[in-house]
Amino acid sequence: MDLQTLSVESANIARRESAWQRLHRNWSVRVGGSALLLMIVVAGAAPLLGTVDPSLFDAASRDLRPGQAGEIMTLDGELLRHEFVMGSDSFGRDIYSRVIYGTRVSLLVGIATALLALAFGIVLGLCSGYLRWLDGPLMRVMDGLMAIPAILLAIALVALWRASVLTVVLAIAITEIPRVTRLVRSLVLSIREEPYVEAAISLGSPTWKIMFGHILPNCVAPLLVQGTYICASAILVEAILSFLGVGLPPDIPTWGNIMAEGRVQFMAYPHNLFFPGVFLAVTVLAVNILGDGLRDTLDPKMAKRV
Amino acid sequence: MSVLDVRDLTIALPRGSDRKQAAARVCFSVERGEIVCLVGESGSGKSVIAQGVMGLLPKGLPVTGGTILLEGEDITHASQRRLRELRCTRMSMVFQEPMTALNPVMSCGGQLDEVLREHTRLSPAERRRKILDIVREVRLPDPQRMVESYPHQLSGGQRQRIMIAMALVLEPALLIADEPTTALDVTTQAQILKLIQDLQARHGTGVLFITHDFGVVAEIAHRVAVLRLGELVEFGARDEVLKHPRHDYTRMLIGSVPTLKPHARPAEAGAPVVLATRGLSKTYRDRSWFAKRREVAAAVDVTLEVRKGQTLGIVGESGSGKSTVARCIVRLIDPSGGEVLLGGEDIATLSAGRLRPLRRRVQIVFQDPYRSLNPRRTVLEAVIEGPLNYGVTRAAAVERARKLMQLVRMDPESLNRYPHQFSGGQRQRICIARALAMEPELLIADEAVSALDVSVQAQVLALLEEIRGRLRLAMLFITHDLRVAAQVCDHVAVMSQGRVVEYGPAAQVFGAPRHAYTRALFEAAPGRDFAFGAS
Repeated sequence: MDLQTLSVESANIARRESAWQRLHRNWSVRVGGSALLLMIVVAGAAPLLGTVDPSLFDAASRDLRPGQAGEIMTLDGELLRHEFVMGSDSFGRDIYSRVIYGTRVSLLVGIATALLALAFGIVLGLCSGYLRWLDGPLMRVMDGLMAIPAILLAIALVALWRASVLTVVLAIAITEIPRVTRLVRSLVLSIREEPYVEAAISLGSPTWKIMFGHILPNCVAPLLVQGTYICASAILVEAILSFLGVGLPPDIPTWGNIMAEGRVQFMAYPHNLFFPGVFLAVTVLAVNILGDGLRDTLDPKMAKRV
Repeated sequence: MSVLDVRDLTIALPRGSDRKQAAARVCFSVERGEIVCLVGESGSGKSVIAQGVMGLLPKGLPVTGGTILLEGEDITHASQRRLRELRCTRMSMVFQEPMTALNPVMSCGGQLDEVLREHTRLSPAERRRKILDIVREVRLPDPQRMVESYPHQLSGGQRQRIMIAMALVLEPALLIADEPTTALDVTTQAQILKLIQDLQARHGTGVLFITHDFGVVAEIAHRVAVLRLGELVEFGARDEVLKHPRHDYTRMLIGSVPTLKPHARPAEAGAPVVLATRGLSKTYRDRSWFAKRREVAAAVDVTLEVRKGQTLGIVGESGSGKSTVARCIVRLIDPSGGEVLLGGEDIATLSAGRLRPLRRRVQIVFQDPYRSLNPRRTVLEAVIEGPLNYGVTRAAAVERARKLMQLVRMDPESLNRYPHQFSGGQRQRICIARALAMEPELLIADEAVSALDVSVQAQVLALLEEIRGRLRLAMLFITHDLRVAAQVCDHVAVMSQGRVVEYGPAAQVFGAPRHAYTRALFEAAPGRDFAFGAS
């Protein structure tokens, strides 16, 4: 008989499900993903969900309890009958509208921070991991950044600039960059020793092509996971900053701002804190569950380590 | 009564696997004082059977039929408690990788002591004496010190001896050895095989020895069981199976084992030198601010020559510096001294920029087919990457890739697939195609067939041979396997501890080795007295 036909090797190839199929089957990905998707829809369709302009206030409708009806004056001077599903705050603003519009800010801050931190972290990590002469100086700067408590650094940065969505995003992203850089660097350090990278070197591929064409695509799975965690933590940090009064200006409806405003009357009117708190918790939980699911399906090695 | 009697053993595989059963109605037995070798290629189910006997099968692989009798006792579905009692006392196992099988944070003596504490009621002094006895019996030097050492302080061979001591300290009736010498160098392997043989004969232990290496089989087996895809295709006395195999598969496997006799192809005398090294050295220095500087000489004064259309083999054990030499020649690492002459030009110290145009001329194929291809890129992208770097148009590169796939006997359609869809041998063919796409003058094969099963190895070797002949390539073939070297090399350099200890035409080195180390290496080659591949 022929060598080829008797050899059993071809029978040994493991059939693998595609990453997409595995993701689809994962319970955490489904739950976290749909909850997050719901939040995104809510944020996008905010004007259609029976809300009023979140900056409107009416002295006559102050401190209403959830479900009470009241009146609110629009900017044109028109008086609207409005049911305050989640009550109103001490200025007479509709909590429901503010919470729903706050979803926009929170998701924007979360996602923008994650993207920004990943973008910088990837470039810095790749450079530090692959170009050895850059490693020492770069990592010492990162160590320095890591030595400052993240919240403190963010507060200082926002205080330095004028508070706006952009500055808050930047401030939070800067505190996250060292962590991403470290992750990417450690991935690069192991991937650069892989024979396929050495093969690319001997094929005469230029350094940038090796870094971005060979090494980076093999870092994607853990980075995607890290991205979700950054997103969740950025949403939280933004809420914390706003709550402390050092984040976005109080007129912008964010969950942190609503809670900060309601803090004073917490004992008498707990709904001021309760509803934004629930939204914040659910969103962060959804993002984290999604991240866990991604980690379990895309990066089983990391799942074991964590 | 047999020590081990396996009857109709069937072990299921989880759904979605490439076949239904890991082992299908397997029958064999091990008698007292006998070594039975279980041979097969990867995926043949040989390790699963061993795990089945030890009761170590994972949940996904249940025993669905047949019986396993250990000294007459049915242990097929024995309770965990019973199995725990039996392990070490009546059956023991030695694994392939002694470093991971030993606990790194416990001294070797402590681990031996644990076995005795668990299974006997000996006093601490008696246990101590027994531990020293067994350590002496596995011929470890300075038993006192060995007992106090931690696994990382020992060499691979010493660690495996500790494993064997642990397995045999309670004199079990059955020893299962799962590829115990595969991770070891050939000289160490010879010693461990001898040790297992001696101990087994002295204590009358029945040994179930799992291996993929027919050389090892020829060396130690009394009887041989050949497995193919979970089925036992042949079971009989060693000489019967090796010399008169009845099944086609066995015949094919034995025919694929390269002989130790060097091939008789005459080397062309006046062929031009493609690559030469003069006094090539590589020293690794530990750069540290505080600690004492450490220097390791990985390669010292290596002078070699590879001629067009010929194959130079570098043979040596792990740590001999053979891969270092290859990596210096490809300039994956920078040599710390000497010259690398490529067509007369010294490339040892060229800057990266000056080196780039020359890289095309030397290509390398690595050992591990599973890590040599970027999992995120299609085969096509891998094969055309090199030519694209040197300004070949995409259309021309794709055309070249399709031709090369045919040259390495693969379907050109597979260019659009990803590496994980191929087996090890197929991936190695892809790696060869990738290297050839550069139209190199010198092809370096760094243990390129070492990770492959013997039948696949034969195919890839034949392919390399054909390519060398057809394209008149110069080839640098690095291997630890003397049989493989004998098959392909025109000249052989034997390396030990960074130095070339013997260098000459293959026929001369294999026929009349002059250096003591070369002779030791040949002595250690398992099954050297057995004529393989003759069929």
